[in-house]
Amino acid sequence: MENFEPTIVAFCCHYCAYTAADMAGSKRLCYPSNVKIIRVPCSGKVDAIHIMKALEKGADGVYVAGCLEGDCHFKNGNIDAAKRVAYIKKLLDEINIGGERVEMILMSAGMGERFAQTAADMTEKIRKLGPNPVKSAPKAENAA
Amino acid sequence: MITAERKPMEELTECLKPYNRILLVGCNECVTVCAAGGRKEVGILSSALQMAFKTEGKTLEVKEMTLERQCDPEYVEELVTHIDQAEAVMSMACGCGVQEIARRFKAKPVFPAVNTTFMGASERQGVWAERCQGCGECVLGLTGGVCPIARCSKRLLNGPCGGSTNGKCEVDPDMDCAWQLIWDRLKALGIEDRYEENIAAKDWRTGRGGGPRKIIREDLLK
Repeated sequence: MENFEPTIVAFCCHYCAYTAADMAGSKRLCYPSNVKIIRVPCSGKVDAIHIMKALEKGADGVYVAGCLEGDCHFKNGNIDAAKRVAYIKKLLDEINIGGERVEMILMSAGMGERFAQTAADMTEKIRKLGPNPVKSAPKAENAA
Repeated sequence: MITAERKPMEELTECLKPYNRILLVGCNECVTVCAAGGRKEVGILSSALQMAFKTEGKTLEVKEMTLERQCDPEYVEELVTHIDQAEAVMSMACGCGVQEIARRFKAKPVFPAVNTTFMGASERQGVWAERCQGCGECVLGLTGGVCPIARCSKRLLNGPCGGSTNGKCEVDPDMDCAWQLIWDRLKALGIEDRYEENIAAKDWRTGRGGGPRKIIREDLLK
């Protein structure tokens, strides 16, 4: 637990967060390598099942990063994504995985600092929460 | 459509506790439209169930299937090649689908994953409202296309009760008074005088009052 390094999946919109990650790179800003980026054409493309599968397969945290409100390239993909994230948070609370492992983040393409800060904050938050209970549970007693 | 809502996860995991391998079956009809039990919801529930089991140190194998219609025996038959590998079935269809699986596969325990709620219409994306109670004797032609059975809290047939205020029902200030809607509609159609006509006491035997109902169409029988 002390040496726990979380794996975090970040679904990043091509038009904002992914470009912000590029910006962070250009500015030589450091952010934790725990964050694994998946580029999506719009945060609205991220479905509930993508978030669930990431956690099921062992991610300790997931966040969806979309454009600032009103700036979505596809009008309201970021708003849709935020609603889906809220829905998944409730479901995760119901099954004791913890909704706080999933977040919706908004940023613009120019916010390299915000991207780096978000990655650091999320890593720190998940580190405090500990490993995904799906991974840390005792070995299955009824494995087929 | 028939609307439904997923049951709480605690209830679902509790009834699946004795099993290691299940068949999770969705339906492509009404529950897909109301986002309760279609292919998408089957995937999400499957993932959630497996995670819930893992957190308790157990594993649950889930075979996901979504049938075209779970209330028709022809489609339920598609489960025949998979049913033996499962110890139990969880159905995300309405109560009709759950019962059809139970009827066809008598030796297999079947659990509902959703609470079947009402026959309704979509008011806007994400909102469904009750519109029909299947009373067996439709009065919509007399009431301007607004159902007093499904939409009036008291199922009144001849005008509103004293609880109607500013077009809202006393049961809930956000609930429209069905008779206000009927009056508005009759007025818009210019047939307010229809309001004066008494609707005779309803014969509830055509509804649930006469026990479970059945429709038999001789021309279609084989």
